[in-house]
Amino acid sequence: MNKKKLLGTPYFIWSTLFILIPLGIVFYYGLTDESGAFTLNNVMAISSPGHAKSLWISLGLSLVSTLICLFLAYPLAMILCSGDHSLQTGFLSSKSNAAHKNIIVLIFILPMWMNFLLRTLAWQTLLEKTGVINNILAFLHLPALKIINTPYAIILGMVYNFLPFMVLPVYNSLIKIDPNVIHAARDLGANEFQVFTKITLPLTTPGIISGITMVFIPALTTFLISKLLGGGKILLIGNVIEEEFTQASNWHLGSGLSIVLMMFIIFNMVVSAVFDKDGKGGTL
Amino acid sequence: MKKLYCLIFILCSSLSFLLTGCGNSAFGENGQVIVYNWGEYIDPMAIDMFEEETGIKVIYEEFETNEIMYPKMVSGSTVYDVICPSDYMIQKMIENDLLAEINFDHIPNVVNIGTQYFEQSKEFDPENKYSIPYCFGTVGILYNKTMVKEPIDSWAVLWDETYYDNILMQDSVRDAFMVALKLNGYSMNTLNQTELETAKNALIQQKKLVQAYVIDQVRDKMISGEAAIGVIYSGEAIYTIRENPDLVYVIPKEGTNVWIDSWVIPKNAVNKENAEAFINFMCRPDIALINFEYITYSTPNTAAQALIEDNDIRTSPIAFPDLSLYKNLETFQYLGVEGTELYNNLWKEVKVY
Repeated sequence: MNKKKLLGTPYFIWSTLFILIPLGIVFYYGLTDESGAFTLNNVMAISSPGHAKSLWISLGLSLVSTLICLFLAYPLAMILCSGDHSLQTGFLSSKSNAAHKNIIVLIFILPMWMNFLLRTLAWQTLLEKTGVINNILAFLHLPALKIINTPYAIILGMVYNFLPFMVLPVYNSLIKIDPNVIHAARDLGANEFQVFTKITLPLTTPGIISGITMVFIPALTTFLISKLLGGGKILLIGNVIEEEFTQASNWHLGSGLSIVLMMFIIFNMVVSAVFDKDGKGGTL
Repeated sequence: MKKLYCLIFILCSSLSFLLTGCGNSAFGENGQVIVYNWGEYIDPMAIDMFEEETGIKVIYEEFETNEIMYPKMVSGSTVYDVICPSDYMIQKMIENDLLAEINFDHIPNVVNIGTQYFEQSKEFDPENKYSIPYCFGTVGILYNKTMVKEPIDSWAVLWDETYYDNILMQDSVRDAFMVALKLNGYSMNTLNQTELETAKNALIQQKKLVQAYVIDQVRDKMISGEAAIGVIYSGEAIYTIRENPDLVYVIPKEGTNVWIDSWVIPKNAVNKENAEAFINFMCRPDIALINFEYITYSTPNTAAQALIEDNDIRTSPIAFPDLSLYKNLETFQYLGVEGTELYNNLWKEVKVY
């Protein structure tokens, strides 16, 4: 036994206690019925119309918000990077550029210091019929914004909360690109568009994939955003599972559906692992 | 290497030993009592006063719903001495033989509790052996009189298209179905398939008019004028009307749910005598009064009612309604495992629709 393994012991104990054992309990409940006999009914329950519908809605909403996150995050990451690259290479290096970039980072990071729950509740107060935004709109004699308690508000909440998880991996992979590769492409006569499609995009694919994973999974499993911003009218699969535990006290069904959800997550992780063999993306 | 694992094992076990040791040293001079109550359902001052007067240390835990409380209590990870569940949950606990009979000799203050509330309790505790009422109330409609055309007196208003996007419904199975069943003149404890189907269809039909399904947030949203009409518990109604005088609370003419939350002692309670001392203390008129003023849920403690200084509240029909004036009042009953599942599945159909 070597030293590295020794140092891993605290984490090993931690993960056994708080990850492996709870997972085992979930699988035990998910694969048994009230009497403790083995059954697959709890897992198969996902095919019932109600559960399937909420799973489709969850998949749809999280897919849309992941795409929006990507389209918002990629340009932002490029802006953050461009500052760095120009500093490295000596082009356009100026103090104002660095300060400019710092402000962007600050604006971006600042809300993350606040609790997730509070941020989502704040959106509720902003979007409500008598909320802050509508008061301002009414003051300006503009038509009211009616997105609270609709799927749009849920997508907004997802994008807002999970955007950083997209920006950081994409930024990480952008910053790793050697500027000389880009210079070489330009020397060989590539225009901006060609540089982007032939050089930048392929080199950042691992980052994009891990960003997608990191946004898609929390979006797929969330129950809080839909509860607070969806007014309880749109039931995501996370809400179904949560209500099985808190209202219906049917732990078996709740665990069974969690196992199904876990399979989606594992599938997603396998896909990202295939794209990210050499571990270039990942990493927060 | 083995030595190291041994060391870690010893460290861990001694740590857990230390922790349990801490638990013991937290005993008051007269032992302790572990209380499990609804969130925000007691004035913290009342707990301090109890500890000071009796020397019994109170370990206080809170739950959000009866359904969260039940499995936690059954699992026995914490052995509670006093719990405050609602009517139908008490019935379920009695049926599953989880409650101890209360020794009323140890609770002389029980005379302060009005007999009509014990009468009402017989729906779930037929011999009044297991429970002592702590709070009670009704479920009704809270509306903003500046936002509705005429005074409201019926559940039917929750299906009125003019209030599109202005209705708040309760986000829980039994409360939502109670509304739909009562509207159609059925019992809210029905297990009749066609009656439940009718109620389910009514709720689905209503869904497009509903602004949001919420529980605690009805309070804030009604105060801020976010919605015109909401289904609310009477205890919350008193608080909201105090905050926004435009709000009015009514018990609909089709009848409603009269609920009671009562103190019970689990069968496996370790500190049964302390638990009885705690319940006795809670039944004292001055304590019941400070609790009422703090949580604004109606107290069945008639001696405490008489002590209320504010005349408007003492005679308030919201806090202390004359239940004999209303028809079709019912208390929730436990529906059994299958009945509960039936309701849950129908509710899920409404929610995913």
